[in-house]
Amino acid sequence: MKISYNWIKEYLDLNVKPADLAEKIERTSVEVDDVTTPSDGLKKIVVGHVLSLEAHPDSDHLHICQVDVGEDEPLQIVCGAPNVAAGQNVIVALPGSRIADNVKIKKSKMRGVPSAGMICALQEIGFSEDVVPKDYVDGIYVLPADATPGDDVYDYLGMNDSLIDLDVTPNRGDMLSLFGTLHDLAAIYDQPVTLDKPEVKEAGADIADQLAVHVDDQLSPQYRMRLVKNVKLAPSPMWLQIRLWNAGLRPINNVVDITNYIMLKYGQPLHAFDYDKFAGNDVYVRTAKTGEKLTTLDENDHDLDESDIVIADEKAPIALAGVMGGLSTSIQDGTTTVAIEAAVFEHDHIRKTAQRHNLHTDASQRFERGINQTGVQEALDAAAQMMNELADGEVQKGSVVGSSNIPEPAVIELTLTHVNTVLGTDLSMDQVTHILESLGFKVAVHDDTLTVTVAVRRNDIHIPADLLEEIARIYGYDQLPATLPTGRMTMGTLTDKQRLMRATRHSLEGLGLNQAISYALTTEEKAQMFMMQASETTHLAWPMTVDHAVLRMNLVSGLLDDIAYNSARKVKDVALYEQGRVFYREDGVDRPSEEEHIAGAITGTLMPESWNQPAKAVDFYQMKGIVAAYLKDMAVNGDITYVPNTDMPEMHPGRTADILIHGHRIGFLGQIHPLVAKKFKIAATYVFELNLQAIIDMPKQENQYDVISRYPAITRDIAMLVDNDITNEQVVALIERRGGAFLQSVKLFDVYDGVKVPKGKKSLAYTLTYQDKHETLVDDAVTQAFEKVSKRLEDDLGAQIR
Amino acid sequence: MSLKDKLSELRQRGLADIKKSSDLKDVNQVRVQLLGKKGPITEVLRGMRDLDAEERPKVGAFANEIRDDLTNALAERKAELEEAVLNAQLAKETIDVTLPGTPVAKGEPHVIQQIVDQIEDLFLGMGYQVLSGPEVEEDKYNFEMMNLPKNHPARDMQDTFYITKEILMRTQTSPMQARTLEKHDFSQGPLKMISPGVVYRRDTDDPTHSHQFHQVEGLVIDKHVTMADLKGTLQVLAHELFGDKFDVRLRPSYFPFTEPSVEADITCFNCGGKGCKVCKNTGWIEVLGAGMVHPNVLKMAGVDPDVYGGFAFGVGPDRFAMLKYGVDDIRNFYLNDVRFLTQFTKKG
Repeated sequence: MKISYNWIKEYLDLNVKPADLAEKIERTSVEVDDVTTPSDGLKKIVVGHVLSLEAHPDSDHLHICQVDVGEDEPLQIVCGAPNVAAGQNVIVALPGSRIADNVKIKKSKMRGVPSAGMICALQEIGFSEDVVPKDYVDGIYVLPADATPGDDVYDYLGMNDSLIDLDVTPNRGDMLSLFGTLHDLAAIYDQPVTLDKPEVKEAGADIADQLAVHVDDQLSPQYRMRLVKNVKLAPSPMWLQIRLWNAGLRPINNVVDITNYIMLKYGQPLHAFDYDKFAGNDVYVRTAKTGEKLTTLDENDHDLDESDIVIADEKAPIALAGVMGGLSTSIQDGTTTVAIEAAVFEHDHIRKTAQRHNLHTDASQRFERGINQTGVQEALDAAAQMMNELADGEVQKGSVVGSSNIPEPAVIELTLTHVNTVLGTDLSMDQVTHILESLGFKVAVHDDTLTVTVAVRRNDIHIPADLLEEIARIYGYDQLPATLPTGRMTMGTLTDKQRLMRATRHSLEGLGLNQAISYALTTEEKAQMFMMQASETTHLAWPMTVDHAVLRMNLVSGLLDDIAYNSARKVKDVALYEQGRVFYREDGVDRPSEEEHIAGAITGTLMPESWNQPAKAVDFYQMKGIVAAYLKDMAVNGDITYVPNTDMPEMHPGRTADILIHGHRIGFLGQIHPLVAKKFKIAATYVFELNLQAIIDMPKQENQYDVISRYPAITRDIAMLVDNDITNEQVVALIERRGGAFLQSVKLFDVYDGVKVPKGKKSLAYTLTYQDKHETLVDDAVTQAFEKVSKRLEDDLGAQIR
Repeated sequence: MSLKDKLSELRQRGLADIKKSSDLKDVNQVRVQLLGKKGPITEVLRGMRDLDAEERPKVGAFANEIRDDLTNALAERKAELEEAVLNAQLAKETIDVTLPGTPVAKGEPHVIQQIVDQIEDLFLGMGYQVLSGPEVEEDKYNFEMMNLPKNHPARDMQDTFYITKEILMRTQTSPMQARTLEKHDFSQGPLKMISPGVVYRRDTDDPTHSHQFHQVEGLVIDKHVTMADLKGTLQVLAHELFGDKFDVRLRPSYFPFTEPSVEADITCFNCGGKGCKVCKNTGWIEVLGAGMVHPNVLKMAGVDPDVYGGFAFGVGPDRFAMLKYGVDDIRNFYLNDVRFLTQFTKKG
């Protein structure tokens, strides 16, 4: 809500600049979006009097105007507005002026005719199209007849006022009005504020004889109407129009403007009906019946149902209560009798109706947050009084009241000790009492206890904590001391799981992978790729886009998206890992379970070309090396084995391995299937994904000191020819099993299947290292063991030792 | 020529030869020539037999002196030449030290992770636990137990990805507050926790909005926890993340789960508080929301609000990273351009 600085100053004697006032509001009540002065940035825009005009010889719509701008000679200005006429006072942007959007106006020629400036529409000097009176939307604005040519226009249009745009939080509905804001400012600046009371001059007949209202007070706790006859519709006086457009509302006519003005001032939304359009003299406040329809003021049709509250006459709904009036009973040319409605509507209904019909209005916004329920009649009276004063209306005697349930004020007890204990302050009883009273609350003190009767307009305050906030903010958060919690010591430690997750990240970073964080919501297709276990998909009920509609069940597809993003930007070398959750769901269960995973993806090279080494393209074994090093870091107890997996549809069937720990599959590793890579538009990419939760849960090895032998080791190399389908793992397993007591390690150092090797065979070469921890090994012992294992290789694997 | 004269001459000649020798081989040759068994000194000494008994020791001593001189000279020359050889070798081995080092494969933690870790470490040091909850939450924990009943108007403030009516993508990490409060045994001491994690909002991705981002929620509940403690804690957080020069101010705000509720601003990074475009001339930048835990939240979790109370705060690492490093598009955090990921490497 935009609130006028000048309007505030009519009530409070504030010696502060608008920006300072705004900051004070921001630090004490509600956020301020910005402070604007509409005339800021404008220059040399004055009142002009159109002396005469003639048609432009070369145009069917331009006029050549002679305009008095308070100087000796009139200015000649060419104007294209359809509504320009002699005798008008208009807005003139002089040569050298600056209008909205920092546009400069210079002397120019329009179709050959010199034009010294511009006659402006309100939009051209910065008014939003929404607030310009309808008559002037498509043309220039006409200033009042008493405006003096040559004067700056700003004061005539209220443009020197400063407007403070409040971003009111949902709890502070009271701040959606001048009076509500004044109450807060009175407390902030510790100044009394006196708000004017309406005095209605009544005439004519008793309203009760002309109008009856029938109200369901569950829907409308308060419902009041007044009747004003013989109103003369006319544009509102300038001061009123200014108040409205500065608050972002369009002036329409005096009757409608008065209802809006009262809303701005009191926070009470009003509605003005054309009484003569009512069918009958009875008005009902009820829920709509299914099938009923209503055309609202904005000329939109709505199908109503039982969740909508409506105002109805004998025949049909005439307004969507608290949201928007109906077109059929609206104030229009010819309206003479106005029924003014001031009411309170149940906020849940209003919220739902506003949402369902997509009609978020100034009225609905206020009803949703709650309005000042003690001020309904006052606002109604003030409106009636203004219709008498500004529209010459005859206010009929009395009001009709359909319901009048005004809530009791909240009475809250709290102790000074509690205040100081929670805030960490050392406030005195006087200070606290004074703050609460300055907010307009009644305070009774008994010993340490305050009994606070809260003003009804503050419908956000119900419990002691609410009062603490009032005390704290008015006292000033800046004045609070800054301390740290004391009390019993607590240990701050990571859990084993958290430690392992950190270790995982550090390990993979050390191995050259960058941490990625990808989207957990993905497409239905990607969510189900690279599945490590069977699961149902989990869909969002209302996704924003199909790209982020389903919960991922793998991390790899996200990493492929990342690689594709890089690749599209000519970044060809990518090494990423991601630690995150996947979401598995069982059929018939709504909520998926969440499993921590770890995945990696590499493409291009990890070691870019350098002056002293060529680039090394990533391959399966590089990724395997990373996975193996990582798993070694995690020190899971049990053998790690890699078993070919030819069945994963997204993976290369010849270059994919399941990763098993102690026989349990915890993940996979391999090359992305070329067709999948093509789909993602990426080059050859190697990935792994592991069930991190499984790694967390598995028993781990402890670090332990192992004596470093002082005795020399002996090595023997062995090369052999084996059939192609014999795996390295088979050979190593056999050597390890049959290598004898002193075999320390087996290391593959060569694989060859080139021309020198018979077809169907390959050559493998290993270094075997022998060592005795307690004495120097005798050559004979090693030779014996070596021969034994060689024999085994020949017998068991058909190896030809070379 | 007397034996003595012979010796003197020998010394002179020997020293000259040593001096002349140009490499180690030369030196060795000279050594053999001069001091070897067939060398002139040995020969001279052999001639001592013909001397008087009186003369003999004198000449002997002189001969020894000369032998020592020559030996020393030889050693000196040898060392000299060895050093020259070494120097020559080192000179030959000289490389251009300005050539770049061999590349090393090295990965970096994600910038958001860095900030989360930093926050975690800070609070671990102050005795907080780190707890992470489910990303797919129940409406009950995400909203209802946070004092946001089904028809609460503030639910409009948070657009939510629902899966079913009761199951949703968490919009905040606060549900962990409720889950932990329910279980915490206060007889064992206060509850001090932070809860970092990914959260989701039904937003269209653009430079300032992301449907996925991070949050770290903090909670302290004990018998005497004050709003001043909250202010102090937030100050420590700001100093840790941004530096000691940064100040914190609190402003009133509204969250259903705290009362009083505040928003915390810190000194603007860009202008240091003088006022600039970034901070809309206020000198301050909004960084987090906080407040004293609402009694309803405690009650719903089975904690007596008359005995216990405390504060909660929620910070957005994404926003912190954007502010701290001037990142102008939040989507950078989730698109994982390597050129972006590897920018945040300064650890010193």
